[in-house]
Amino acid sequence: MLMQTRFGDFGGAFVPEILLPALEQLEAAFLDAQSDPAFAAELEHLLTTYAGRPTPLTRCRNLGSEKVRLYLKREDLLHGGAHKTNQVLAQALLAKRMGKLRLIAETGAGQHGVATAMAGALMGLETRIYMGAEDVARQQLNVFRMELMGAEVVPVESGGRTLKDAVNEALRDWTASFEDTHYLLGTVAGPHPFPTLVRDFQKVIGKEAREQMLAMESRLPDAVVACVGGGSNAIGIFTEFVPDAEVALIGCEAGGDGKGRDGATIGHGKPGILHGAHTMLMQDEDGQVVDSHSVSAGLDYPAVGPEHAHLAATGRATYVPVTDREALDAFRTLARREGIIPAFESAHAVAHALKLADQAEREGKELVLLVNLSGRGDKDMAQAQALLGGGA
Amino acid sequence: MTRRYDAMFAACREEGRGAFGAFLMIGDPDLGASEAMIEAAIAGGADMLELGIPFSDPVADGPVIQAAACRALGAGTTPSKCLEVIATIRARHPDIPIGILTYANIAVARGVGQFAGELAKAGVDSLLLADIPSLEAAPFAAAIRAAGIAPVLIAAPNTPDQALAAIARLAGGYTYCVARKGVTGAKDDMELDHTRLFERLAALGAPPPVLGFGIGTAAQVRASLDAGAAGVISGSAIVAAAAKSGDHAVAVERVVEDLASATKSKRAPRQAQACAN
Repeated sequence: MLMQTRFGDFGGAFVPEILLPALEQLEAAFLDAQSDPAFAAELEHLLTTYAGRPTPLTRCRNLGSEKVRLYLKREDLLHGGAHKTNQVLAQALLAKRMGKLRLIAETGAGQHGVATAMAGALMGLETRIYMGAEDVARQQLNVFRMELMGAEVVPVESGGRTLKDAVNEALRDWTASFEDTHYLLGTVAGPHPFPTLVRDFQKVIGKEAREQMLAMESRLPDAVVACVGGGSNAIGIFTEFVPDAEVALIGCEAGGDGKGRDGATIGHGKPGILHGAHTMLMQDEDGQVVDSHSVSAGLDYPAVGPEHAHLAATGRATYVPVTDREALDAFRTLARREGIIPAFESAHAVAHALKLADQAEREGKELVLLVNLSGRGDKDMAQAQALLGGGA
Repeated sequence: MTRRYDAMFAACREEGRGAFGAFLMIGDPDLGASEAMIEAAIAGGADMLELGIPFSDPVADGPVIQAAACRALGAGTTPSKCLEVIATIRARHPDIPIGILTYANIAVARGVGQFAGELAKAGVDSLLLADIPSLEAAPFAAAIRAAGIAPVLIAAPNTPDQALAAIARLAGGYTYCVARKGVTGAKDDMELDHTRLFERLAALGAPPPVLGFGIGTAAQVRASLDAGAAGVISGSAIVAAAAKSGDHAVAVERVVEDLASATKSKRAPRQAQACAN
């Protein structure tokens, strides 16, 4: 490899030997694209004219107060309904650049699958999405969206039949198909170069938000808050603020039922190796990976991107669990008070921000918070209706 | 540390044939049955054993071995229980090389050195971690060697020279060469060019090449040996036959007999032919 493959103790490329050349080819294409102004121009063109960048920064009108100000980075307004589109377009361009004919991807709730299907349709690449059979049953609408855009959705019947198993199956496909196929991994997890590559294509979120914040507030936020499953939206908004030591970076993990059934990998996991990376991992004492639990499929993943494990280890970022209940309350609050329906994933970040805002109000302190509203809640309507009841 | 492998390969060479390795998952469908299946593989003529310790997320495995790992974990198989089965087999068979195939996190959870030490104590000769490629292998290989067993690494026909050199330098016992792209599983395609890989490994002084992933018929065994492999490993064909049969051990013995007998019709090694010309 030509680049640094690790973030401190975390990261690496723990894949079967036969996949190493594919990762090296991807790294080379990534480096080559980074130094090619034509690549940057084409991506920029797609991001503005197709995806809808820049996304706005919205100050909450009703939540917060004069002293406590909540800002939402509106990735929910991006084409596709979530931040996923940013890096999917970039990777699809890389796939074309490498001469690949086919895209494969894993998906949990279906957002990354939908984004990949979009890119496949746009770029004329054959697309196959691996999705846990359990998730296929729960997310019929997204399955239909993917199929409508021409992707083949393959239900994965192994293991717990969710996101982790979909990643396994995509990796298996890739070990046989890498010559003509690009694995369009959906987050900052997996083997090098994915964590670095996906971060670099998502950091536009924080870059825009930092400028917008300075324009609107003439200051930096006290804290940046984002939800963390694999962690791509969080890395996307954190990266630009990492050098700003006075800005707290807070990742919100899936706290599940609050009684131990959760997806709080950094909070409750320990270091291990899964899906190509040495990272924090939910596992038993023998090293068997255990199933995670969360109301939001996008945070329902027993590992986390290695850079988050590193940011936690160095103390630059902190990670807190937010329970299903807290996230659902925030989901309803944001809908009622601001007229914005967040994705269940993003509602975890909103919940923690509201908690910090309440505390600041009680203490009479000034507080400026930047929350990454990473996706919109359309995909969660059926589940929300079931959980909250028709009267909400 | 490679004493049993060295003796076994020497004996096979003397008999003018290749080595046959049988893969079985420990604990599939339960510990007792898998122990009987391992015995059956030895009785059927396996020259070396490749035993799996089940892992929850076996990304290098196809459906057959995945299902075997699933059954084993479902039956409550743990690494500690696997060690007991291995020690029992070793006590009855002092000479057969025993390799363990599992995934990195099983070793990392216990500490790689500690895990390799426990394997050594149970009588294991080598450890292969399917998701540790040459790029990451150095610290793992060092810890495995320090425990007194051989680190086995995987080489593929698409492995670049530099990585192959690292494999030759770090690996011990044998070199696990993959018969085709993709995951484990008996298939009828052996599309990759192995002779070239075997030649490159020989030039680098790597341990003897043994071909695995997708070898499930006597014809494939013969083709592998004719291409220059020192041996073959068959897994999915054995595991699938056992899973289908009412008597697992009988099925294992029958398949192993069939495949192992194919090692005996090996032609003279290609390199020797080249020298003769």
